Amino acid sequence: MQTYDLAADGLRGLNATLQAQSDETNQTEWTIVNPRGSHAIAVGLDAPIEVKVMGSTGYYCAGMNKQATVHVHGSAGPGVAENMMSGTVVIDGDASQYAGATGHGGTLVIKGNASSRCGISMKGIDIVVHGNVGHMSAFMAQSGNLVVCGDAGDALGDSIYEARLFVRGSVKSLGADCIEKEMRPEHIELLRDLLARGGCDAKPEEFKRYGSARQLYNFKVDNAY
Amino acid sequence: MCGIVGLFLKDKSLEPQLGALLTDMLITMTDRGPDSAGIAIYGDPSPTTSKVTVQSENPDRDFADLAEKVQPLVGGPVSLSRRDTHAVLHVPHGTAEALRRQLKDVASDVRVMSFGDSLEIYKEVGLPRDVAARFDIASMTGTHGIGHTRMATESAVTTLGAHPFNTGSDQCLVHNGSLSNHNSLRRKLRREGIHIETLNDTEVAAAYLTWKMQTGATLGEALEKSLEDLDGFFNFVVGTRDGFGVVRDPIACKPAVMAETDQYVAFGSEYRALVNLPGIEQARVWEPEPATVYFWTHGDTATPTGKAA
Repeated sequence: MQTYDLAADGLRGLNATLQAQSDETNQTEWTIVNPRGSHAIAVGLDAPIEVKVMGSTGYYCAGMNKQATVHVHGSAGPGVAENMMSGTVVIDGDASQYAGATGHGGTLVIKGNASSRCGISMKGIDIVVHGNVGHMSAFMAQSGNLVVCGDAGDALGDSIYEARLFVRGSVKSLGADCIEKEMRPEHIELLRDLLARGGCDAKPEEFKRYGSARQLYNFKVDNAY
Repeated sequence: MCGIVGLFLKDKSLEPQLGALLTDMLITMTDRGPDSAGIAIYGDPSPTTSKVTVQSENPDRDFADLAEKVQPLVGGPVSLSRRDTHAVLHVPHGTAEALRRQLKDVASDVRVMSFGDSLEIYKEVGLPRDVAARFDIASMTGTHGIGHTRMATESAVTTLGAHPFNTGSDQCLVHNGSLSNHNSLRRKLRREGIHIETLNDTEVAAAYLTWKMQTGATLGEALEKSLEDLDGFFNFVVGTRDGFGVVRDPIACKPAVMAETDQYVAFGSEYRALVNLPGIEQARVWEPEPATVYFWTHGDTATPTGKAA
């Protein structure tokens, strides 16, 4: 296992070192100590490595991730796992605003709460939040799954396209064009897998599903130019 | 973008370190606001005197005889303690607010930064590290303090455009964000007789709170009303003689992190501003909710009071 002291050796060195790992690297386990809320920790990774961050992080941790597993043993600042392509990011604590924004793939697990705009413009990422999500979560979500084991804040799924939203607790309000939808057997199965991958023991039957009513501008053929 | 830091001490043994802790937090927030920096610090209230913190571009000239000039206005003894471009006038208790208005009659180039019994405000243009050093903020003691690093958007980079803003006796406010209805609100508040010095949006927010409190609202109620009447982005951190409050606008896109232990309540625009606080690893760390007023006072139970009045 490799250990990197961020306080001693700096952020550029860390990201350059992690980004230099190839698909065949033998250095598959990394531990980052002294993150101290730094920005942009472990961004742009593209190798099947495991990175543990021993503390809380600032803006944009694990952004643009491919293949790698990044596990934050603390809380994450704004924009964690932004634009993730594949791989897994796990946050033991809370995540600040726009967690998993624009993510194309991979899995983001937040064991605490996520704040506002979680999964904004998500494009295929799976996000599992053990706690609550704040307002405007899944705003303009296009594809992928957002699972919320707690409650959702105001305007969930505003202007949503084709993502699926599963919420176990209450939803303070639904955004424009977002509606509750039927939970069919295939959704139960999908959710069972998502919960297992997120390390969550909630029962899929306890959730409600929300998605697009497909009534907004883009979906109406009559609105075409 | 701007940076905010705040520290409200519950444990008196930390009071000698208040200035040093706030200085470290402030310098960490330099990337968020390299234009100017300022600090409001609460400490050392006296039952017999009040304080007026003043600033001058030419302090050698203006501060030399300022105490003598002020004495007839306040009808009692006045002492002056200088820190670089700022000085604190210690005046007979209860005369600070009147002096704030009269000072320009006897010293036209001297500007009032704050008035009250406990509060002192120091702010200047420059990097936070340099601003903190010229006032030797690290040596200051106190019960609570609020700091700000500014990246200007709505008005010029000047001393008077820097934060914190003094909003009333022993009240101060710092702001991260930008208000979009500050011009119309400034006109309205001026019609109500509220004094507003600059074209800065934050000063309008400060003046708004002063106006609300002059018309009978508590600080908590004034902050609640600000959510209705102020349009734009804001994280406000406010200080009073005994208290410390936080409110974020309903959209809450400006970052905020809070930490609480048995020893203190701390606010930072980012977590990294808090990492050198004692016991931060064991602190309860959370993000304050949008459109929710948090307030702490000395003597009360130390829990956040969402929707406090």
